[in-house]
Amino acid sequence: MIDVVVLFFILGVFARLVGSDLRLPEALYETLSIYLLLAIGLKGGLELSRQPLLELAPQALAALALGFTIPLLLYPILRLLRLETADAAALGAHYGSVSVVTFAVAITALGKAGIPYESHAALWVALMEAPGIVAGILLARRAERSISTTDNKSPRTGWWSLSHEVLFGKSVLLLIGGLVIGAIAGDKGIAPIQSVFIDPFKGVLALFLLELGLVAGARLAEVRRFGLTVIVIGLGAPPVLACLGAFTGVMLGLSTGGVAIFATLAASASYIAAPTAMRIAVPQANAALSITAALAVTFPFNLLFGIPLYIALAKAVT
Amino acid sequence: MTPETRHPKTMLVIIAEAVIEKSLIQDALELGTHGWTVSEVHGGSLQGVRDGDWEADRTIELKLICDTTVADTIADHVLETYAPHYSVAMYLSDVRVLRPERF
Repeated sequence: MIDVVVLFFILGVFARLVGSDLRLPEALYETLSIYLLLAIGLKGGLELSRQPLLELAPQALAALALGFTIPLLLYPILRLLRLETADAAALGAHYGSVSVVTFAVAITALGKAGIPYESHAALWVALMEAPGIVAGILLARRAERSISTTDNKSPRTGWWSLSHEVLFGKSVLLLIGGLVIGAIAGDKGIAPIQSVFIDPFKGVLALFLLELGLVAGARLAEVRRFGLTVIVIGLGAPPVLACLGAFTGVMLGLSTGGVAIFATLAASASYIAAPTAMRIAVPQANAALSITAALAVTFPFNLLFGIPLYIALAKAVT
Repeated sequence: MTPETRHPKTMLVIIAEAVIEKSLIQDALELGTHGWTVSEVHGGSLQGVRDGDWEADRTIELKLICDTTVADTIADHVLETYAPHYSVAMYLSDVRVLRPERF
């Protein structure tokens, strides 16, 4: 049975496909995304307050390494698919980074199935946001140098402004901020704000998915424009990357739920942090290609088929 | 007020992808403009539609009012630096301002 939040996503896609005038006000969209990031962070932080931090170090390192490795693995494959170097690097970055909403749907699914998972999983999400983007930029810069372009002036794309953009951007800031607040406040401190940040989580997620459905629906036309390439990448990459994620999770000795989450994170593609960062850092890449693969193909796939598949995979290997 | 209190200046309007907003403003300030106004817009051109329905897909309109030479320098710089890879539309127009020292 499809989770109720996924049905909202389908409604959004449907609304766009039939040309409905439905559109969430931008201010609401902003509010919802801030809420989700903070709530996910807080929930993870609560668990963090009960754990010795040093024990988490191997997981943290593995999350960072996994995010960094994915673009390096995808790049040669994407080049074989005849993608330009910049496009291959940018796409790699999108898949190396993660989708917070896919994570949110995964933990909702695990909760519903009664499968326990490491509650500090939000920490992995926060850590996996940036490394893939860094790897993608490095790949693009290396390729650019080897062509030795006598390029015209380039805009401000120094590492400083880029790392500022990624590390202090909304998503990492709010996730880490929520984690820290949750860890400091603990159960007692969170109790008074529980009715706002913890209980309504699923309802807010449903509303946010309605908006994402509208956006993904609008992108479906682009899928036709890019043709088979974007479908092959968007559907082919997630299951393969999920296996890599699940393998990492098993090596770390995570619970079944934890392995499923690692698989989901590896399989998910960023469509908020990565597009912005890559647009700034690798402007010659075709932004529409990456975002169409990530948002119009991979995201719906993960929501509808991927997550149940990754949970089954985790059950099989743990 | 008398017409003598009106001073001629040039307004440069740059419509561009929101991701380059910060660097556009920084460049414009370095090249001699004193102030700027940004608003979020959506629209389309021969190259396609940017309807801003997604966070990573927004468009801004940056208005700069300055001396003609400064406006021209900024416009040339933007054309050379950003236009090859980013969606950019620009136009210049003559305007009259009340307090010239502000621009």
